[in-house]
Amino acid sequence: MTDLATMRESALTRIEEAQDAAALESLRVELLGKQGSISGLMKTLGKMSPEERQSEAPKIQGLRSDVADAIAAKKDALDAAELERRLASETLDLTLPEPQSPKGSVHPVSQVMDELAEIFADLGFSVATGPEIEDDWHNFTALNMAETHPARAMHDTFYFPDVDSEGRRMLLRTHTSPVQIRSMVKQGAPIRIIAPGRVYRSDSDATHTPMFHQVEGLVIDKDINLGHLKWTLETFLKAFFERDDIVLRLRPSYFPFTEPSVEVDVGWQDVNGRRVLGGDGDAPGHGWMELLGSGMVNRRVIEFAGLDPDEWQGFAFGVGVDRLAMLKYGMDDLRAFFDGDQRWLDHYGFSPFDQPTLSAGVGASA
Amino acid sequence: MKFSLEWLKYFLDTDAGVADIAAALNRIGHEVEGIEDPAEKLEGFRVAKVLTAAKHPDADKLQVLTVDTGEGDPLQVVCGAPNARAGMKGVLGLPGAVVPANGMELRRSAIRGVESNGMMCSVRELELGEEHDGIIELPEDAPVGQTFAEYHDASPIFDVAITPNRPDCMGVEGIARDLAAAGLGTFKPVEASAIETSGPCPIEIRTDDPEGCPAFYGRVVRGVDNTKPSPEWMQRRLIAAGQRPISALVDATNYLMLAFGRPAHVYDLAKLSGAVVARRARNGETVEALNEKTYTLDDTMTVIADDNGVHDIAGIMGGEHSGATQGTTDVLLEIAYFNPERIGVTGRKLGLASDARTRFERGVDPEYLDDGLAILTSLITKTCGGEPTEVVRAGTPPTEALKIEFDPDLTERLGGLAVPQDEQRAILTSLDFEVSDDWTVTCPPRRHDIEGPADLVEEVVRIHGIDEVESTPLPRRPGVALPTATPLQQAERKLRRAAAARGLNEAITWSFLPTAEAEHFADGAQLWVLDNPISEDMKAMRPSLIPGLLSAAKRNADRGSDGARLFEIGRRYFRGANGASDEKPTLGVVLSGEKTARGWSNGKGAKFDAYDAKAEAVALLESAGAPVGNLMVMGEAGEQFHPGQSATLRLGPKNVLARFGALHPNTLKAFDIDGPVVAVEIFLDAIPAKKGGGGFARATYAPPALQDVTRDFAFLVPAELPAGDLVKAVRGADKKAIVDARVFDVFAGQGVPEGHKSVAVEVVLRPGEKTFTDEEIKAISDKIVANAAKQGAELRG
Repeated sequence: MTDLATMRESALTRIEEAQDAAALESLRVELLGKQGSISGLMKTLGKMSPEERQSEAPKIQGLRSDVADAIAAKKDALDAAELERRLASETLDLTLPEPQSPKGSVHPVSQVMDELAEIFADLGFSVATGPEIEDDWHNFTALNMAETHPARAMHDTFYFPDVDSEGRRMLLRTHTSPVQIRSMVKQGAPIRIIAPGRVYRSDSDATHTPMFHQVEGLVIDKDINLGHLKWTLETFLKAFFERDDIVLRLRPSYFPFTEPSVEVDVGWQDVNGRRVLGGDGDAPGHGWMELLGSGMVNRRVIEFAGLDPDEWQGFAFGVGVDRLAMLKYGMDDLRAFFDGDQRWLDHYGFSPFDQPTLSAGVGASA
Repeated sequence: MKFSLEWLKYFLDTDAGVADIAAALNRIGHEVEGIEDPAEKLEGFRVAKVLTAAKHPDADKLQVLTVDTGEGDPLQVVCGAPNARAGMKGVLGLPGAVVPANGMELRRSAIRGVESNGMMCSVRELELGEEHDGIIELPEDAPVGQTFAEYHDASPIFDVAITPNRPDCMGVEGIARDLAAAGLGTFKPVEASAIETSGPCPIEIRTDDPEGCPAFYGRVVRGVDNTKPSPEWMQRRLIAAGQRPISALVDATNYLMLAFGRPAHVYDLAKLSGAVVARRARNGETVEALNEKTYTLDDTMTVIADDNGVHDIAGIMGGEHSGATQGTTDVLLEIAYFNPERIGVTGRKLGLASDARTRFERGVDPEYLDDGLAILTSLITKTCGGEPTEVVRAGTPPTEALKIEFDPDLTERLGGLAVPQDEQRAILTSLDFEVSDDWTVTCPPRRHDIEGPADLVEEVVRIHGIDEVESTPLPRRPGVALPTATPLQQAERKLRRAAAARGLNEAITWSFLPTAEAEHFADGAQLWVLDNPISEDMKAMRPSLIPGLLSAAKRNADRGSDGARLFEIGRRYFRGANGASDEKPTLGVVLSGEKTARGWSNGKGAKFDAYDAKAEAVALLESAGAPVGNLMVMGEAGEQFHPGQSATLRLGPKNVLARFGALHPNTLKAFDIDGPVVAVEIFLDAIPAKKGGGGFARATYAPPALQDVTRDFAFLVPAELPAGDLVKAVRGADKKAIVDARVFDVFAGQGVPEGHKSVAVEVVLRPGEKTFTDEEIKAISDKIVANAAKQGAELRG
């Protein structure tokens, strides 16, 4: 065994055994530094004869590059081990909870109103609004309820002590129907509108609140008859409940502002103890639910709105928005709608991204 | 209105069953609200006779009865009814029977130590009416031991909602006429038989108020015996209708009303003196009505009076002192026609409802005075005997029939139903309309609801079958439906979903508030305050959305909730022009309780502060399309807010788009809620409409060619200088080059002189075509420092 071979074996062994980067560095200096032993060997080459140099140089240079490679390899190994150690010390307990961000919600009444707007937009209806603090002319008289009309008393009206400049008594609208009058006066005919909004009756029990929501529909044109009313309500309810088996039952009724007047029942069926709309109400286990009031707009109302009733006719309907929401989404207590209970809003509220669209179906699945 | 099948069949010859009749009623517009089969719920109740009645040994108000049930030994029953007495017949509930009114099962029990084997029942307990003053008294001929269901004839009872336009159906006869027209059988009108009279009516009858009382007919019947009960068949029908039998005379008038829809009145002749006159009341005149309440009248009200005063609030309620009693022997029968509108006005003024008012105010049959009086007379004389006098007729009822030129094609044009002309004619005729060959339709005067051709369409359609109307699609414009939402509707939709996406829950709160809460937020505005609120808590229309949300937040806190993040989009109610309202669309936000819960990473939980409110205000304004880059932060959020932790956001000094901040401790105290609570109110009507033609293409994309340069400046400024003012001054130094300036540090304390603070601003400079030279940057920096100096700022060394 030559000296060179001994040196190589010793150097490689020591490199292999180096414990850390500092030990490896001092080894590098000892072997390859300016004063290093292998560097010293390199210097001996200059004093050699050409023949000797020719045979020794490759051996010495080979030794140097092998040692340098071994040091580099060892350094990489030590760095990798060091990184692994560091990462091991950085372990996080990912079973701990992540930062919470609050989840907001849209109220069911707003959601349903958006759904209604979407469906009726497709049928060519725009959304109209009117004041909630109304005068008795718009709320009653123009809707064919003269001051002495018994139906006025049936409305449980909230009154203000005030009168407007025309001497009309101010009140909280008892229905969205005054928007019919305001829209006809403003836009004339033909007209197709829905008018959703807050309405008020001085009534409060398990199923009535002094404030609730209604949506009014109005179509005035030249050749509109009860058949169009039926189709419109059928089409709307099918789209709203996303069911093709909605069956309507029309019953004659009475509203001062329509003639003929029609009460509309919708067939329901019992699904696990819940009344679900759909199917023929006369089928076994089914029933009828009174849902909408409607009719052909009374001539007098058309006159009051400044239109010629011999030229224009049409239909109107009204339905409770809260009721539609309850039937579709399964709430059973109207009073909770207006309480602002965070738990109820979390439970029944809608994601902001449930924007109703026709292509996805206007409803938001549970 | 309630009536039994047996009663209906008195007027209608039909083989139809209960279900068919109910379906037909619904079909023609008389909504069936319920059908009761009394036989089911009356199981265990039977006709019984009270043999003896003795005082209960230990209770003043109780009696111990022995009752014959028709089988076995008499039963001992304890009873609290004042009218229980030996010899009477009533209804006994045996142990095991379930009281219909309350679902209680009867048992053998001891009442104050005395054994009781059942219960003698009142009208209300058996759900036969509202009466509960005593137990049911059955006629003498009621067979003891018969099941009450059988005795009562167990005729199914219909409960039908009669719409207010159909007073002619507020009697069983009218319903029968409608059903016959609908093909349910043959109508059997009850003809009034001729009355044998004995001489002229002895007292004068007049109407001095022909407007309020166009017609007043009357007659006297002498020598009646009102101690006898009305006949059993009549009592049964009255009970079916929920009307307790009272006395033969009263029952006869009630029967006339319920069977024929015709209210009438019976006076005790002995209590009258002088002429009986329909006249206007005098202002301040009073009358004690049959309900034992005294009413003060005025001269808009029609009354029936004699020399001594008022005996009847015309068409609404009789007087207590001249009504028929057990001892009455001579009576005056009144049948009149009153002006419907005037009845309504009087009834509303007095707050007095009655079955008579319900009918008179909707309109009774003006042709049914003589017949009604004849039927009433014979109902009375058959039971009570007596000699009727001739009829006195004061005034004339308005019986002129309305004639309508009808176009039968209108039925299809309006009703959407093609009904053959002869069928239309048959329907109208069956409802008592006269139809001439040229379609002039003469309406029966009882049909006050018929005003014009549309009403005749309704008659034809409802009898033919309105449910047969075929769906007809509304014509629709070609192509995809056009957008319909207005800019405000679009803004509200975006805002709503933006607020929800930011973690807020949409609430809907009452539009009305307790007056004190509304005043607290009124800021001097004159509130809308209800005349007749449902409660004091719902009295004043809200001038702000914050109080309603604050109350909701408090309810949440009271339920133990950690916090609430609520928003609402709704109206605030103010005074507008000409006495109308001005309703302003508004968004309110209330953040209360914990913003973040205590957690493993940050230890303590955090509360909301005014910056959270500002964050919501600015973000939501941006969603609503407001130019938030131009907003000015100014003061005067309102006295409801913390004076030092609230602000308004404005476009220009006058246009307030929003207010936000922490609520004033006094506000929190008034609502009894723990703070801090922060709130935002955004005034949607103040947000300017978006400019531009509404095109879809965005401005051309032109990213800066060269990279931005940032420079930091630390200024020493007076403590009270708003950072916003400093930033504005900095930005103003070079409006072209400076694209952003942002405060990244605010510090006061060690190293900063008293009364000062250090504000550090990062300024972003955007080069144009060429990179900035050192000289250019220095020039801008100098300008920044100079501008800041004008605000009292000094560059820190």
